Amino acid sequence: MEKSRAGHAADSSRPDFGRRRFLGYVLAGPTLVAAAKLGVGTGTAEAAVPSAPEVSEAYDLNDLLRDAALPTSGLITVAVNPDGTASFDMPRLECGQGVSTLAAMLISEELSLPLDKINVTLADARPELLFNQFTAGSNTTFSMYTPIRVAAAIAKGQLLKAAGQLLNEQVHRLEPVLGAVRAPDGRELSYGELAKAAAGHEVRQVDVELTPSSNFTVIGTPRNRTDALEAVTGRKQFAMDIKVPDAMPTMVCRPPTIKGTVESVANVAEVRGMPGVTDVATIATGVAVRARTFGQCIDAVRALKVSWNQGTVDGMSDKDVLADLEKAEVPLAVPEVPVLARTVEKKFTFYTRDNAALEPQCAVADVRDGKAEIWAPLQAPILTQQKVAGLLGVPVSAVTVHVTPAGGAFGRKMFSDPVLEAVEASQQMGKPVRLMWHRVDEPRQGRAHPMCTSRIRATYLGNEVLTFEQRHTSVATDYTQGFGEVITNMAGEIPPLGQGNELGYSVPVFHLTVNVPYKFGAVTQLLNEIYEYDRIPSGSMRNLVNPDVRTAQELVVDQLAAEMGKDPYRFRREFADDQRALAVLDKVAEAGQWGRPMAPRTAQGISVHKEYKGAIATLVEIDCRPETVNRKVRDAVTGPRVTKAVVAVDTGLAVNPRGLEAQMQGGLMDGIAQALTSSKHLRNGAFLEASWDNYAYTRQWNAPFDVQIIVMPPTTGQPGGAGEFGVPSAMAAVACAYARATGTMPTSFPINHNDPLFFEPKPYEPPLVQSPTDGLTKY
Amino acid sequence: MPQHTFKLNGEQVTVDVEDDVRLLWVLRDVLDVTGPKYGCGINVCKACTSHINGKAFNPCSVRVTDIEPTDEITTIEGLPGTVGQPLHPMQQAWLDRDVAQCGYCQPGQIMAAVDKVRKARAEGREISDADLDEIRNVCRCGTYTRIREAIRAGAEHM
Ligand code: FES
Ligand code: FES
Repeated sequence: MEKSRAGHAADSSRPDFGRRRFLGYVLAGPTLVAAAKLGVGTGTAEAAVPSAPEVSEAYDLNDLLRDAALPTSGLITVAVNPDGTASFDMPRLECGQGVSTLAAMLISEELSLPLDKINVTLADARPELLFNQFTAGSNTTFSMYTPIRVAAAIAKGQLLKAAGQLLNEQVHRLEPVLGAVRAPDGRELSYGELAKAAAGHEVRQVDVELTPSSNFTVIGTPRNRTDALEAVTGRKQFAMDIKVPDAMPTMVCRPPTIKGTVESVANVAEVRGMPGVTDVATIATGVAVRARTFGQCIDAVRALKVSWNQGTVDGMSDKDVLADLEKAEVPLAVPEVPVLARTVEKKFTFYTRDNAALEPQCAVADVRDGKAEIWAPLQAPILTQQKVAGLLGVPVSAVTVHVTPAGGAFGRKMFSDPVLEAVEASQQMGKPVRLMWHRVDEPRQGRAHPMCTSRIRATYLGNEVLTFEQRHTSVATDYTQGFGEVITNMAGEIPPLGQGNELGYSVPVFHLTVNVPYKFGAVTQLLNEIYEYDRIPSGSMRNLVNPDVRTAQELVVDQLAAEMGKDPYRFRREFADDQRALAVLDKVAEAGQWGRPMAPRTAQGISVHKEYKGAIATLVEIDCRPETVNRKVRDAVTGPRVTKAVVAVDTGLAVNPRGLEAQMQGGLMDGIAQALTSSKHLRNGAFLEASWDNYAYTRQWNAPFDVQIIVMPPTTGQPGGAGEFGVPSAMAAVACAYARATGTMPTSFPINHNDPLFFEPKPYEPPLVQSPTDGLTKY
Repeated sequence: MPQHTFKLNGEQVTVDVEDDVRLLWVLRDVLDVTGPKYGCGINVCKACTSHINGKAFNPCSVRVTDIEPTDEITTIEGLPGTVGQPLHPMQQAWLDRDVAQCGYCQPGQIMAAVDKVRKARAEGREISDADLDEIRNVCRCGTYTRIREAIRAGAEHM
């Protein structure tokens, strides 16, 4: 029996949080448009201030992303339309994390308009927003929470004012009710009727008071996604579903090794003559073919005779990269501690993981007459627009970038790789293209969370942990998406050899996101990287370094607890460094019945994590009995199974608890995958994986039967991040449970990476496989 | 160019396309029926799952020439039509549980779920954990928990 109970811990007090008066604007126009500056109102105080703040607690990545946004002049606007609906063109990507629904909820709250009357669309690239059109770091809710509400509240104020004049009533006697303004005598004017009357004639600054949290009727209540109906009927349009005239299917013939390049193509004319094929063009990353159907693109790609130049890691395998990492590892310090102190020292290896979504990399591009129009799911549309302009040598204003909803993003869609390919192909062919990566391309040539090692040395004496040092050494992560804007992007690409990337981004990002959530004595954490930032295609993956960093820590914490004779939960309770962490820990221990008797080779694991202005704890139960581990599913990785999970999450304020629950469930599946089953193997300059049956992300046969997510009552009153928050504590809890069930601490992840391969690697030349034909008999 | 005809979501359709083009591309690229999604093209991810004569199959792995004129293809767009309602009970269960995240896998998940329930019923039993464990559809957003709940709930109204 699987269950998922969305518990909501009691919330009786409903305290009011923070400042509520803000400035915004009424813009001039034919209908009412209210606006606010992004970045406004994200500075209210935290309820819980940790005792000895580390960098990431006092000033974390969310602050950085927010503050980077402050000086920009861009406004976000909420319009009230004559048909009584409101619209908001959101400068963020909806990629499944539910930000469109969140935005609609905030507007609904402040505008007193039902959710189904609010249309949230995804804004085209707006270069004037500078840093503020970048979907990353689970930052969207945090940075837009106040601005959206300010704009909506101003809109409501203007509607009330207009109604006062039309009804000849004092404004304070009027009441907004579900899309209309009502006078005490029952007369009503709908928002639609008022929209034009309330419109501004010039830009005006207005100040507004937001709804106090004690009066919330929408924020904090569980709501379904606003795009759910479209999703379940197949009507939701992703980039490849959009009908752009003549934008025909296009695929790229890619090199057999990572980042190889085209030397020459022997049979262009022959391939151009194949059924359905219209064009063949060599682009930076390979040879693009355009055809009537994607199936015919695959045929054409397979028929191309291409000579390839070397790639960036030809001949290299996992073991070579690991050796290079080990050479670069910074020695752990010998701590100055009393001679009687004992030391725990562990080293962990984390193999390469793929950040591909189910929707492949894709883009529609129409490049003609010195202009470009793009449709693509993009986390950083402004940067994309600038890169396209640079590539074509045209002004930014000649490039229009439409953002489409993403079929998952996870960091992969931070980069403009497929857009640049589509633009190059369209330009050379002189025709619009609908470019999509084949699934084989995704793990083979796509970006990945790179391989790394993490070493920890901790010392303890009596009841105290004296020192805790962590040294993280990683293949470079490409952060050149910077803050989504070309100026920071340039800084990331500064030579020599990506040092700009490491010193400019990787190291600061590391320090802004990592911490040790325990009261230990001297804590130090360091990161260093090897290789140029773009040697192996990389990027962040549903969280940055914390799945690895925290998994290493939590395993060592269990070891410390064992050596100090303490229970893992009690140990964490005793050392947890703030109240919110303690509260989520207690919650999962209670709801998950920590310490209940378990059969041999099954066990519980527990972890706690702080990030994104929040706290989260996860308790899992794992089954490592031979009959479970060896269960057979066709072409699948089975192995140990997480049977149950309980997650308690405090994001400060859950705007939509149902959406937050969904994000935690998803994060849990990622954590399970990263601990147990999913990695890429580098062999001879290329990755072996080429399919979802090779790269073993969690599947139904790996999913827990019983998942319980507990959303904690509001603590800070400010919503923190959610999309990536579930992953680190889930991965850590699974690793800890596995160690307890088997009696052996795992030291390399996923735990099956060095087992015999469970699949036959697909060929590299030709680079794609054609679809089978037995689908009527094989399902 | 060869002509192919079959029944699609209740209507007879005819297309001019080479024999070996897989049905998924005929649906998506030729007929503009975009509910079935591409996720692999090799019968692995199940994002394209649709029904042929009431049974689940993966159109990415069937040549259009292997489809008979009398074959009835149902994609997610045609699923409500099979019950004569605005939504199939399985779609309603998906809405009730707010299953979708990005939504990319969900047309395939729903079509697979309907098939699972039908098969279990044909064997005279209800959906079990073992049945659910057999579902191969990838959801990279990790909506597996709500999918399991929704299938059980949807089955009650099928
Ligand atoms: S696209 Fe058909 S099974 Fe993946
Ligand atoms: S909802 Fe995104 S892949 Fe399933």
